[in-house]
Amino acid sequence: MPYPLRRLLVFPLVMFGVSVFVFVAIRLVPGDAITAMLGTESGLLTPAQRDALKAYFGLDQNWLVQFWRWLSGVLHGDFGISTTFGEPVLTVILKHFPLTLELAILSMLVALGLGLPAGIFAATRKDSPADMAVRVIAMVGQSTPSFVMGLLLIFALSVGFGILPTMGTYVPLTEDPLGNLAQMILPAITLGTAFASAVIRISRSAMLDILREDYVRTARSKGMSRRRVIWRHALPNALIPVVTLSGVEFGYLLGGAVLVEQIFALPGLGRVVLDAILQRDYALVQGSVLFIAFNFMVVNLLIDLAYAALDPRIRFEAK
Amino acid sequence: MQTRTSIKPLTKLGFAVMLGATALVAPAVADPIKVAWSQDATGLDPHKQTAFSSIRFLELMYEPLVRLDVDANIVPAVAASWSFNDTATELTVNIDPGAMFHDGSAVKSADVRASFERILDEETGAASRANFTSIASIETPDDATVVFMLSEPNVPILTAMASINSAVLPASAIEAGTIGTEVVGSGPFVYESWTPNSNASLSANPNWGGGDVAIDGLDISVLPDETAILAALRAGQVDFALLNDPFVATLIPAVPGVQLVKKPVLSYHVLQLNPARAPLTELGVRQAISCALDRQDILDTALLGEGTVTGPLTMDAYRSDISELFCYERDVDKAKALLAEAGYPDGFSATIMAATGEPPTAASEAQVIQSQLAEVGIELEIQMKELNVYVDAWLTADFDMAVALNGGRPDPFTMYNRYWTKAGNLQKVANYIDDTLDSLMQQGREETELAKRQEIFGQFDKHLAEMSPWVWLYTGYTYAAAQDAVQGFEATPTGSIFGLSAVTVAD
Repeated sequence: MPYPLRRLLVFPLVMFGVSVFVFVAIRLVPGDAITAMLGTESGLLTPAQRDALKAYFGLDQNWLVQFWRWLSGVLHGDFGISTTFGEPVLTVILKHFPLTLELAILSMLVALGLGLPAGIFAATRKDSPADMAVRVIAMVGQSTPSFVMGLLLIFALSVGFGILPTMGTYVPLTEDPLGNLAQMILPAITLGTAFASAVIRISRSAMLDILREDYVRTARSKGMSRRRVIWRHALPNALIPVVTLSGVEFGYLLGGAVLVEQIFALPGLGRVVLDAILQRDYALVQGSVLFIAFNFMVVNLLIDLAYAALDPRIRFEAK
Repeated sequence: MQTRTSIKPLTKLGFAVMLGATALVAPAVADPIKVAWSQDATGLDPHKQTAFSSIRFLELMYEPLVRLDVDANIVPAVAASWSFNDTATELTVNIDPGAMFHDGSAVKSADVRASFERILDEETGAASRANFTSIASIETPDDATVVFMLSEPNVPILTAMASINSAVLPASAIEAGTIGTEVVGSGPFVYESWTPNSNASLSANPNWGGGDVAIDGLDISVLPDETAILAALRAGQVDFALLNDPFVATLIPAVPGVQLVKKPVLSYHVLQLNPARAPLTELGVRQAISCALDRQDILDTALLGEGTVTGPLTMDAYRSDISELFCYERDVDKAKALLAEAGYPDGFSATIMAATGEPPTAASEAQVIQSQLAEVGIELEIQMKELNVYVDAWLTADFDMAVALNGGRPDPFTMYNRYWTKAGNLQKVANYIDDTLDSLMQQGREETELAKRQEIFGQFDKHLAEMSPWVWLYTGYTYAAAQDAVQGFEATPTGSIFGLSAVTVAD
């Protein structure tokens, strides 16, 4: 059986495990939708009022019944209704996911666009002042929390120079591409620069290893130019750890970047999940986490397939 | 040979994109004005939503019978006038003939009756029902008159009616079951759209019975990080903002072109003790804690001095002189003596819980209290909890001590009957009651004359502070920041932003 097919067959099993885990975990946390809505005022409710609200939120059945109802719905494409949004969970997710996807892609572009060239640049000038400078920048970038970077960028570019908006109602890419880009560039830089530091370190290290390989030396001794050796032979092999790292990061970003979404007031999936947890919007938490888990598995599968494309020696044959 | 091609093009591209974006940034337009806050509403049903953030949003669109003005006086809203009978068992309300719902229909007595019947119906799950259980029946002799027949004298019921949790809704919408999904109120702004935790759009109501609204509407954005709100104010991209964090609010005066509007509020910061748990069962121990705390120091450290030390009653008409309350001047020796008398000469250990970020100063308050009580031998372990986890523990009284910011009301009975009466719904949380407290509360409920009520509740205030089931600390401020062009906003002691209906925007 081909490897991708085998991986796909595991999907339902993992999804089921995730759904059970999330279902139980969110219910084990003290508080429910009633306390989330009414706070301490929920102490004023009579037993009959509490029962009525429990029925309204679907909390009047035991966990098994609740889970079975939810799972049956999911199998029929119905993820339930979000009590916060008053809309089907899938509608809420699909409304917020494009922003998250866009932010993830832009961040990866920033990260790889800055990190990869800088890593290669540093590797090819090992121990030079330029190499040291890149390494220091990478270390500072990696150790600066995203909320610090985000706020610094806001104050520098938005408040200081007034060249980018700090906030505003989110404009979808399809409605106003330029307005959207103006809103997304700071968050993308914030997320991208943090990850760029990791890319610099990993690509530099991988490149240094590859440049020490015999086949690189052989290619050079046969008269091939340094640039050609680096781009044609060394880089593809050095990319494998970068692809692994990027894949994991991309999968992570598809789950939403909560802090950055908070700072820049972007209604992405991260904030949806966070708010759903705080509001004990069980259906939305369950649906969102399942969606995120699915994305993560797809991204991981694509990474595995990318290995084979980058290095022909890697094949996923059935044993 | 070295490669030097990789970074520069990308850098150039990045700057090009950034500079290109400069053309996209428009300055803030004040009409409709751009509003920002960090916490959004959690729903659209005014009878069910009790969070501050929800109430602030809903009171822009819905109206109760009466409301509170900037000095916490009861003033007309849907009701034009009202009167109690001599025994305070009958409340007659006359509806403002100009009151009109957003769909163009007049507000009638049948709407008022349907609204209160909905609140009283246990199926609704309205938390404010507890304030209206003395309503025996509601009569509507004509379209403009409503008579509430009460089963017992209840003067404070009028104050309870000033809450958006007792908003007047169209009887037709109640019957259709569309409350919470469609918004048809009678307030100064009309609902246009709302995306939870993201943004909302309201337009001015041209037919508002309360007068003319000078702005076109409100474009509301939810910016969860208040530092980002500060940046947006600085950049002129927000016209008006609500702020919770005093650390951010106190930076506003340094921002050119932005004004800070602040007002003392009725809600109070308090150290809740749990008198059901040893050793807090001992009066001497509770009093020792009260004596060991320097309230002004906690206020100065945790809240930057932004507030006023208070006793249990926080409304101006009933506030006590704190020098007359038990141990409001810190006295460590007396605290140690009280602990020794109670059988704890070496102090004891306990936990203190606080909600993360609610209020923003909760953790700081817990830390200052911890350090002050350590001086008398009381070792506190701080437990920070997510808000819902905190609420769950609070409701089941599963704590030794709790740092809390509790809501205040303009009437002492409405504010405290839930805790300090024998039948109080939250007596199980307060875990302390005595005959004196209960008797004073019942007297206050029945009394109609202000001077006599002040005397009754003055005794209540003193007794409660002396029994120290909780240690009242201070009241803070509600904060709003506005660009200088936005004029005429007045804050209220309840933190309402209803005042946005009266603002104008200068050119």
